[in-house]
Amino acid sequence: MTRLLGWWRRIAPTLVALGVALAVTAVFILIIGENPIAALVALFDFGETPVAQANSIGVWINRAAPLFLAGLAVSIGFRMGLFNIGVEGQYRIATVVAAGLGAAIVLPAPLHILVITLIAMAAGAAYAAIPAILKVTRGVSEVISTIMLNAIAIGIAAYLIRSPFVDPELGAGENVATTRLPESAHFPGLNELFGVLGLEEPRRPVHGFVVVAIVVGVVVAVILSRSRFGFELRASGLSALAATANGISSRAMVVKAMLFSGALAGLVGLSDLLGSAHRFQPDSFVAGYGFTGIAVALLGRNRPGGIALAALLFAFLDRAGPRLQSEGIPPAAVTIMQGIVVLSVLIVDEVARRRLRRREERRARAQDQATTPVEVAS
Amino acid sequence: MRRVMKLAAGFATAAMLLTACASDDDGTDDPTTGTDGEGASGEDVQVGMAFDVGGRGDRSFNDSAAAGLDRAGEELGVTFQDLSPASDGSNRDELLRELADGGHNPILGIGYAFFEVMDTVADEYPDVQFIRIDGPPSDRENVAVMTFAEEQGSFLMGVAAALKTETGQVGIVGGNEGEVINAFGAGFKQGVEAVDPSIEIEDQRLSPGEEPAGFADPAGARVAAEAMYQRGVDIIYTPAGDSNVGTFQAAAEAGKWAIGTDSDQYETVGDPELQEAILTSMLKRVDSAVFESINTFIEGGDVESTSYDLSDEGVGYSTSGGFIDDITDELDDYKQQIIDGEIEVSRTE
Repeated sequence: MTRLLGWWRRIAPTLVALGVALAVTAVFILIIGENPIAALVALFDFGETPVAQANSIGVWINRAAPLFLAGLAVSIGFRMGLFNIGVEGQYRIATVVAAGLGAAIVLPAPLHILVITLIAMAAGAAYAAIPAILKVTRGVSEVISTIMLNAIAIGIAAYLIRSPFVDPELGAGENVATTRLPESAHFPGLNELFGVLGLEEPRRPVHGFVVVAIVVGVVVAVILSRSRFGFELRASGLSALAATANGISSRAMVVKAMLFSGALAGLVGLSDLLGSAHRFQPDSFVAGYGFTGIAVALLGRNRPGGIALAALLFAFLDRAGPRLQSEGIPPAAVTIMQGIVVLSVLIVDEVARRRLRRREERRARAQDQATTPVEVAS
Repeated sequence: MRRVMKLAAGFATAAMLLTACASDDDGTDDPTTGTDGEGASGEDVQVGMAFDVGGRGDRSFNDSAAAGLDRAGEELGVTFQDLSPASDGSNRDELLRELADGGHNPILGIGYAFFEVMDTVADEYPDVQFIRIDGPPSDRENVAVMTFAEEQGSFLMGVAAALKTETGQVGIVGGNEGEVINAFGAGFKQGVEAVDPSIEIEDQRLSPGEEPAGFADPAGARVAAEAMYQRGVDIIYTPAGDSNVGTFQAAAEAGKWAIGTDSDQYETVGDPELQEAILTSMLKRVDSAVFESINTFIEGGDVESTSYDLSDEGVGYSTSGGFIDDITDELDDYKQQIIDGEIEVSRTE
């Protein structure tokens, strides 16, 4: 019973926040003169035919996988008290390098994908190493350096596509792109799995990389909760001073955490790259996962399980975008709803925490009448 | 840790608000359903259109396409639906599929970025006619590509700038270094050189490579243009989509000229102060291409890939404001030479 209550206490603020977010969005939709009920129906509308429903689920999965990985990458920094805004630049660099080098090497199928994945992780980690080194040697704030490195990443990526990685057989009038990845580097889709599960097969590629994302999520969860590195990471995040007193080098932890975060960031772009794009093309490259990942990590409270749920929620809302537009709701409604969800979760969390603290204080006072509060100069 | 989280929360919220503001100021322009016109054969046709990032209401490229669509609704009586992509452009393919699933045919995709996704979706819906504006040719039977000779229109803008400059310095503020914007830049430079090879030309792009962010960066365009004007440039050609307004602001402030692109920006900019700084605009008649391809489809013809240029008025220039009335003779002279093939304008430098 107490256990159920404890579980309820943890989940309740989120549910309240979701309710608040829905209500605020409904008001917004009312203001622009549309019907919020119709919008809600459209939000949960997966299509009428089994094929359309399977398609919708496919879109949901394709969007959730990179969001989950991005949230995971950001959360590693957060757990340690580091604000890695640079996931955006790290995954761009990693995706370009993976696409470029991946097309240049010849390997059998599973090995090729594995090597590309490792290349992407290494590239992401290498790009994250720059702010880490700047921080531990010169004390440069990682917030500033990662923002700036995001801008630099766009330039580096543009150079890499243009010079070393450019496809020599570009068609007439085509913008530059990297050489297409050979068949052996195409990640098998999940379309047939739908059939095995008794559903219709989606008519569009469903990225199989989501399986890798789930495995990575489990591994990260185990590392955080069961390994020495995870303990040191969490300890440094809770109190750097206490961690240092216990023999944990904060400098080494900064470097390790940033490299870990960057390596995870390197995976963000692979779902699209190996699943359907098969080359890096700046016009169709989806930018912005690194920033949305911050919101996903916050919503998921920096825990892998929570981040997975948050990524599913964000992807669910994104998936409904075109459907909502058919109902006359502008696409910004989805972005607004996502923003409000994050805000309300944070606010409800804070309110719940304060109430809890006040209750604890009251109980402490009631138990020990002799204690009088001492004013401390602040 | 707590402080970092608060900072993070603030940052995440700001980022989301920014993307919400940046992308879609089309809150008032809901996807419209066309009026039931009196057109005889168009009424059964449901046209679908997917815009590029920025959507309906960008006052430039997308709006030019929207104008063609609206005209088809009025004059041909077609019903239509238009959709705008997410701010990160991640769901262009989904927009096309949503339109196809909704029974729309033909379906138009506005912009180069539909290049690969349209081919993919066209394979999934072989009975639907897809039409793309801009980009390389497609080998799919049900995909038609409408392209424009941006270099020819830009050549005339280069001529106009060369004739109007007093300082002997002109500039380009472009969105990025992609194929389309390079064609704008190359044409402009050839036009300037045709008049006076001694004129200096500055060329600056807002984003490196093919990065599309430069088309939604008015602040960046303003900074770049201000610096150019300070260095003595007195006319700037600005093929940068949504960012153009930044160049116009800098021009109005410095009391210099700017040349708009895609739409007649003297008419679309919506601010009398900025109007006074817009010398002319290079017109890219996306609206005509959209209207004509829908018309062809209704009449039962094959919608074929077409390349629009000066000879069919697919590109041209605007005279709104009357600032170039004194040189239109010369411009038309060059225009005729290009149409006759006496001058060949290259898309690349």
